[in-house]
Amino acid sequence: MGDHHHGPAKGLSRWLFTTNHKDIGTMYLWFSFAMFILGGSFAMIIRAELFQPGMQLVDPAFFNQMTTLHGLVMVFGAIMPSFVGLANWMIPMMIGAPDMALPRMNNWSFWILPPAFLILASTLFMEGGAPAFGWTFYAPLSTTYAPPSVTYFIFSIHVLGLSSIMGSINIIATVMNMRAPGMTYMKMPMFVWTWLITAFLLVAVMPVLAGAVTMMLMDIHFGTSFFSAAGGGDPVLFQHIFWFFGHPEVYIIILPAFGVVSQIIPAFSRKPLFGYDSMVYATAAIAFLSFVVWAHHMYTVGMPVAGELFFMYATMLIAVPTGVKVFNWVSTMWRGAMTFETPMLFAIGFLVLFTIGGFTGLMLSIAPADFQYHDSYFVVAHFHYVMVAGAVFSMSAAVYYWLPKWCGRMYNETMGKTHFWISFIGFNIAFFPQHFVGLAGMPRRIPDYALQFADFNMLSSIGAFIYGASQILFLYNVVATIVAGKPTSEEKTWDGAEGLEWTVATPAPYHTFETPPQVK
Amino acid sequence: MVLKANRLRKLALAPVLMLLSLASAGVLAAGGKVNQVNMSPGATEIGQSIFDLHMLIFWICVIIGALVFGVMFYSIYYHRKSRGVTPSTFHESTKVEIAWTVVPFLILIGMAVPATSTLLEIYDFDDAEMDIMVTGFQWRWKYEYLNEEGENVVFFSSLRTPQSEIRNAEAKGEHYLLEVDEPMVIPVDTKVRFLVTANDVIHSWWVPELAVKKDAIPGFINETWTRVSTEGIYRGQCAELCGKDHGFMPIVVNVVSKEDYAEWLDEKQAQAAQVSELMAQTFTLDELMERGETVYDRNCLACHGANGEGGVGTPIAGSPIATGDIDAHLEIGINGVPGTAMQAFGSQINNVEMAAVITYQRNAFGNNMGDMVQPIDVYNHKQGQGEN
Repeated sequence: MGDHHHGPAKGLSRWLFTTNHKDIGTMYLWFSFAMFILGGSFAMIIRAELFQPGMQLVDPAFFNQMTTLHGLVMVFGAIMPSFVGLANWMIPMMIGAPDMALPRMNNWSFWILPPAFLILASTLFMEGGAPAFGWTFYAPLSTTYAPPSVTYFIFSIHVLGLSSIMGSINIIATVMNMRAPGMTYMKMPMFVWTWLITAFLLVAVMPVLAGAVTMMLMDIHFGTSFFSAAGGGDPVLFQHIFWFFGHPEVYIIILPAFGVVSQIIPAFSRKPLFGYDSMVYATAAIAFLSFVVWAHHMYTVGMPVAGELFFMYATMLIAVPTGVKVFNWVSTMWRGAMTFETPMLFAIGFLVLFTIGGFTGLMLSIAPADFQYHDSYFVVAHFHYVMVAGAVFSMSAAVYYWLPKWCGRMYNETMGKTHFWISFIGFNIAFFPQHFVGLAGMPRRIPDYALQFADFNMLSSIGAFIYGASQILFLYNVVATIVAGKPTSEEKTWDGAEGLEWTVATPAPYHTFETPPQVK
Repeated sequence: MVLKANRLRKLALAPVLMLLSLASAGVLAAGGKVNQVNMSPGATEIGQSIFDLHMLIFWICVIIGALVFGVMFYSIYYHRKSRGVTPSTFHESTKVEIAWTVVPFLILIGMAVPATSTLLEIYDFDDAEMDIMVTGFQWRWKYEYLNEEGENVVFFSSLRTPQSEIRNAEAKGEHYLLEVDEPMVIPVDTKVRFLVTANDVIHSWWVPELAVKKDAIPGFINETWTRVSTEGIYRGQCAELCGKDHGFMPIVVNVVSKEDYAEWLDEKQAQAAQVSELMAQTFTLDELMERGETVYDRNCLACHGANGEGGVGTPIAGSPIATGDIDAHLEIGINGVPGTAMQAFGSQINNVEMAAVITYQRNAFGNNMGDMVQPIDVYNHKQGQGEN
């Protein structure tokens, strides 16, 4: 001790008390993977029940608990923390900072997460069961008609929100204050840019979510009537507030994924990112538009026609900056010299499937057509194309891309590619047929369905099982790499990779950039 | 390597091919068919416009997708390091960026124009020839015909599929989960306006082939309408998660000729007159028990069990309520227990049914209380609380 260049502490206290961005990043990533497995097992129960018409495995009430917890755990437990973990690991290394700006808060924002999810998961064992009102928890199903466990759910959401807000403040403070000399805003890697914008979105909308659940709490326990028409309130108000949070939330999930893909595609195309400036502006435009489109989730609540038109036009506009991003990625690949290692495969998988999800998103933006799509399996297919093939694929790409830098060992390329192909095929078998049943009239969130939907549902379940199983291969590959992967000390794992993170030693030392690098 | 990339290209093309197959198969399917893959134009003009809009956007997306993926896969094939290419270094072009901002914008305008006109058509609620009030309950629909001729026509429409089919004890029927005890009946070629609301939580009234989906929100009344051009039976479901039996509250609309509709309306009114006569009658215990069993099976069984053993709801057999004060028991039947799944049935079943089912609960399942409730008692109880 007393030595300035000390390494990590030993034992459990290293992880409990750490203020090191890499340790905290690692904990975030493992935690989010654990939640991914938990949320995934809920999905497996859902798909097993939907394998055939009729109720076989669970009862309808438990089925609703599964869909609710699957959504909540995946959104708040798996995807969001995974990108925060990635931000913790990579942002300081990408901007030449020694650590995050607020390291103690960093520790705190991670360590309140596991108790929050413990509380949420414990609702499964409470009397009346876990929340069963969908991850969108529309009132009054989530207030007057909710099981008693809803109070624990509200507390859990508050804590998650707190964690997200603290994490975002930290990222904003780090990016704005700790960039290496010469690292101007317009020289920052795209991943840093997309996270900076995401962090602003989070700070703006998480308090709105906190407001929504607080109003629920008041309605349930303190006799207010925010969302009860009988007391002069308005159930539709809940939806407006929820989606004012909820729509920016989907960009909170996807923007960091855009950032990851914008790092990986240039690296494996051996060519700089095409249209860097326009990528930055497009990201900012998407973030701005995300605040004025929320009611496209509510076309059927009976809005006046002027409202419908405004939200339809605003939503359609999002296709423009999103299109710019896709075109730029494709132009980056154009006349490059590509190789197809696992991270690149996942990035291309992202590009193809996210674009399909974007197309269905455009279809959903058309209000009259949405009267048919709304709350059908078409919507389920759409958001899994953007959430799973968008966020989760890009997260897989990121892990394979940076894992050698993190642990100084190379993963097994064949196993990585196998993981990609099984995921890609399983994913499409699971979710493509859901477009069909949705268009044919199958509503979402039902535990049992009419006979004409049987074949596609069985196919969908088979695909989901394949996709689920492929994640075990992922886990195995990552653990095998950390324990016994081929050691590598090359600073640049990938010959086409650019950025400060590839200038430090491999594996990345506990402390990096104690003296800031000069960026030209 | 060449082989590998070829395989990659083929497999990555799969979604595009699937998309194309969706398009071609979609033209063939209509009317809730087995393995239907596309939206149905349905039986209304609005449905046809929505379908056309859907296909227009679909094809625009397919064309853009083919272009983008075409360029991408060309690049993946030809611009591979294994072919010995040297990467270019170009990385920006303001002209290109402007082009692919402006062109999509123009395409969007092309989509917005027909979308706007269809939306305005859908929002034209004027000149409805008849009105039906649709009220969502956990978990059934109530239909109330509001026209003068239909004054007395009010009924509930609940799932008819028996539990034995749902629990896989019996083979499933053709319209498994999409069949009701009493369908809504409307005349063909008539503009029918629906006033949609709910009694408890939010539901959504969706019949795909009528191109109608409207949220049923407690405390608010939404409007929507349809004009069906072909007689037939159209089936739909609740589209908004509304609790445990959300998947078990189907909608069936029977569209009949105007003459058949008039006949059906007369018949319903005659039935209604019969019920009001029953209200004034006094029943024996046996009569009430017989009626009560039917009412119980339709309304209580799902939560309280076939033998009153309970489930989602509390047990009826030997319960302090069913064996306690008869007025308190009636009060729960009429007004429910706020904050729980026990609903207020006072507005869902008529006084005869209420009297019968309370009597049944007090005397079945070994409760044997020997007392009973008459329709007039239910009436008085409701009056006593000032008809809330």
